[in-house]
Amino acid sequence: MTTRQQILYLWLAEGDLATAVVGWAFHDGAAGRGPALPDGEPPYATGTAALEAGWFLLQSPPPVAVQRGREYETGHLTNEFVFERRVDCGA
Amino acid sequence: MPAADHRLTTLEVARFVVDGYLRFDALVPDALNRRVLPELAQLATTKLPQAIGLPPSEDAVARPPSLTPLSQCYPAPSALGEVLRLPAVRGIIESLVGADPLFDHDFVHMLPPRMPHWQHLHVDAILDTPDPTFDIQLFYFPDAVGAGEGGTRFVPGTHLRRVRAEDVSRYRHVLGDERFVGPAGTILIFHHGMWHAGEANPSDKTRWMYKIRLNPRVPQVRLWNTDDFTAHHNDAADHRFATMRFDSVAQVLRKEQKWQLGHEVRYDLVQRVRLWRYLSGDDRFDADYYLTRLEQRATLAESSTPRAQS
Repeated sequence: MTTRQQILYLWLAEGDLATAVVGWAFHDGAAGRGPALPDGEPPYATGTAALEAGWFLLQSPPPVAVQRGREYETGHLTNEFVFERRVDCGA
Repeated sequence: MPAADHRLTTLEVARFVVDGYLRFDALVPDALNRRVLPELAQLATTKLPQAIGLPPSEDAVARPPSLTPLSQCYPAPSALGEVLRLPAVRGIIESLVGADPLFDHDFVHMLPPRMPHWQHLHVDAILDTPDPTFDIQLFYFPDAVGAGEGGTRFVPGTHLRRVRAEDVSRYRHVLGDERFVGPAGTILIFHHGMWHAGEANPSDKTRWMYKIRLNPRVPQVRLWNTDDFTAHHNDAADHRFATMRFDSVAQVLRKEQKWQLGHEVRYDLVQRVRLWRYLSGDDRFDADYYLTRLEQRATLAESSTPRAQS
């Protein structure tokens, strides 16, 4: 059996998985042989909705200590969650 | 912008601070757009090889070097120069980077029909210093761009986020991102920090876009038409959780982009306030009191510093 990984990045509004998706990226190691993302923008309303659809959480963002003097800097989207789904691609 | 004065208004500049761009549909007359297109095609034959390290050919088009004042770029006869010297275009430029900024560089972004290549989201140049000064980039579309015809993708409100140029490539989809669609002669004015990307062009039509980056050489303080400045520029007490105005610059700056949900927008609001302080010359300006309360407390810390013992 050949297994391939699908990876889903979700950027959420806050650090809680139940908050709204504001950005996403899908990388399909199964090259279309597995399930696709549902239609819609975003494909899941929240991180929790992705769990309910069968995605497994690989990584959640740790709280980051604020550096003195950089308290109000803004940069990357803050709350990056990474999910995977394994697809059986046959022999 | 007012009809007789082509500079931007205070509220237009405030919108630029919030969104990182302004859009002017069909600003360039179509007869001029038609004359620009062959010039862009000729310019592209020079710029494209140079960008990949090839020396220019003997018949290369004359083009300005970096650090040239804009007024000396593309002298007559030049349709492209006519565009850059249109009163409406000059008024926008003057409002943001002064009347005669420096030419940084330009480029012709021509997407041939059925071109599958697309760019990752990125910021032009490299990571910025934290000072509030900024360049502008004019994105000029001399031909109409329809849906699915390679219109530039961009994410409004990202321009004040400090990131390395290519690190934002991971964001394949962001709520509220836009893909340009519009009539011929449209100009988008971007803050240089805007996250953006070139799109594929699956259509049967060539997509043309001319981009020019301009550097200020005067402080960017109240360069626009300030007739409405006093009416809209608020004091530091304009505070959503105390008393607030609905006609003020602060109210414009409070806008929540679609990707700024929850408390995230508050951090972006602080960045907008810092930029407006620079643009307005008022270092006490605030919106929703985030900086003022900190500055008030800082004065207490300073006054309580123990005196040196005698």
